[in-house]
Amino acid sequence: MRELGPNEIIFILAAVRWTLLLSLVAFLGGALGGALVALARTSEIKGLRLISNGYIKLFQGTPLLMQLFLAFFVPGLFGWSVDPWTAAALGLSLHASAFLGEIWRGAIEVVPRGQWEAATSLGLRYTPKMALIIVPQAIRIAIPPTIGFLVQLIKGTSLASIIGFVELTRAAQVINNATFRPFTIFALVALVYFLICWPLSAYSKRMERKLLVAAR
Amino acid sequence: MASEATATKTAARSDEAPIIQMRKVDKFYGDFHVLRNIDLSVTRGERIVICGPSGSGKSTLIRCLNQLEEHQSGEIVIDGTTVHAGLRGIEDVRREIGMVFQSFNLFPHLTALENCTLAPMKVRGIPRAEAEAAARVMLERVHIPEQAMKFPIQLSGGQQQRVAIARSLCMNPKIMLFDEPTSALDPEMVSEVLDVMVELAESGMTMLVVTHEMGFARKVADRVIFMDAGEIVEVAPPEQFFRAPENERTRKFLGQILHTAGH
Repeated sequence: MRELGPNEIIFILAAVRWTLLLSLVAFLGGALGGALVALARTSEIKGLRLISNGYIKLFQGTPLLMQLFLAFFVPGLFGWSVDPWTAAALGLSLHASAFLGEIWRGAIEVVPRGQWEAATSLGLRYTPKMALIIVPQAIRIAIPPTIGFLVQLIKGTSLASIIGFVELTRAAQVINNATFRPFTIFALVALVYFLICWPLSAYSKRMERKLLVAAR
Repeated sequence: MASEATATKTAARSDEAPIIQMRKVDKFYGDFHVLRNIDLSVTRGERIVICGPSGSGKSTLIRCLNQLEEHQSGEIVIDGTTVHAGLRGIEDVRREIGMVFQSFNLFPHLTALENCTLAPMKVRGIPRAEAEAAARVMLERVHIPEQAMKFPIQLSGGQQQRVAIARSLCMNPKIMLFDEPTSALDPEMVSEVLDVMVELAESGMTMLVVTHEMGFARKVADRVIFMDAGEIVEVAPPEQFFRAPENERTRKFLGQILHTAGH
């Protein structure tokens, strides 16, 4: 059995960068996908609304772990082997696209009908109307729940450990298998997640309060 | 040598031709018949006031003109263009029709000036400096040049509505639609908005105004329209409309609103 020394601790802490990088990639991928999903959900074209709604329902109605398994194993069926990093980034991005899409759809729909009508009556077409009138107002509403979801996403990256991607949780498992000090190790890991997520939650709460005050 | 099509178009654009022509227009919300067989033609520079009980279809009528609402049958021709659901290039018609809403609908994230310059810049492609200069002239015209850099939330209701009027005018529309522009205002602010509308009427703008401000109707309207249950019940010059309304429903309605207005 190996001792839990500074090297082991550093090995765990160094893996935080993979957690953060995976979170970042998944969030950016999810933001891109989520924007498309939100626009499709609020589109005047019925087909787009149906497809995007199905996509959201599918990803909200299945566990993230299953989504990661599928992202990891399904490409293999077609002869493409994906490494755990690609599978985790892809799976989490698709997952985030559904959730961010739904959050942003809500934010777009909260913008009063009169804003659409005023923009429409001025002769603005879809793109400038969305970009200059609707989205800027929706963003203010969307920031708190978006950050709230980012926190979920960061914690969700821990599931990538199960498909063998070495991020914070996986690194901790590896060290625990060698040293067998589960309490110390997993308490440390939990603390690291908390230190990343808590400021974000606090910021989100503060933004929410600011919006409430502004709405008065 | 003008082709037949060009000739028709020229005829449609001449000053005698109506700028708005509605023929047998019907509109439904599901089973509810909102507009029934509407026939209305408006000439250039004409000022029309539309009144009627709530739910009579008067807002819906003007909202069909710029197709914020679609009609199901009949024909609506705006300055030579027939408008209908799914018309490509409907934006080209809309930009010629200014609309002022009951709830102002200013863009809250933009200043008064930016509210006024956005559409001219993005829809008409006017450079910023020119759009701003024009917007300042319009804000002057609605008597609030000093509020240009303020956000809507910093303005009173009357000021917001005047910015909304300026915003529409900055597009140099051929027609202005007003959908109960003073209904959401505190009583002391009604006149500042009506004054601006009277001045606009005097400038020769074609105006369709849905309102219960009968003083305004008397003063500026060429014709007053009374609607009830989706129909145009009566159309008359204000003098005749108020003195000797022909229809029983018009008399009843006038009795009610003039009574509540304290006349």
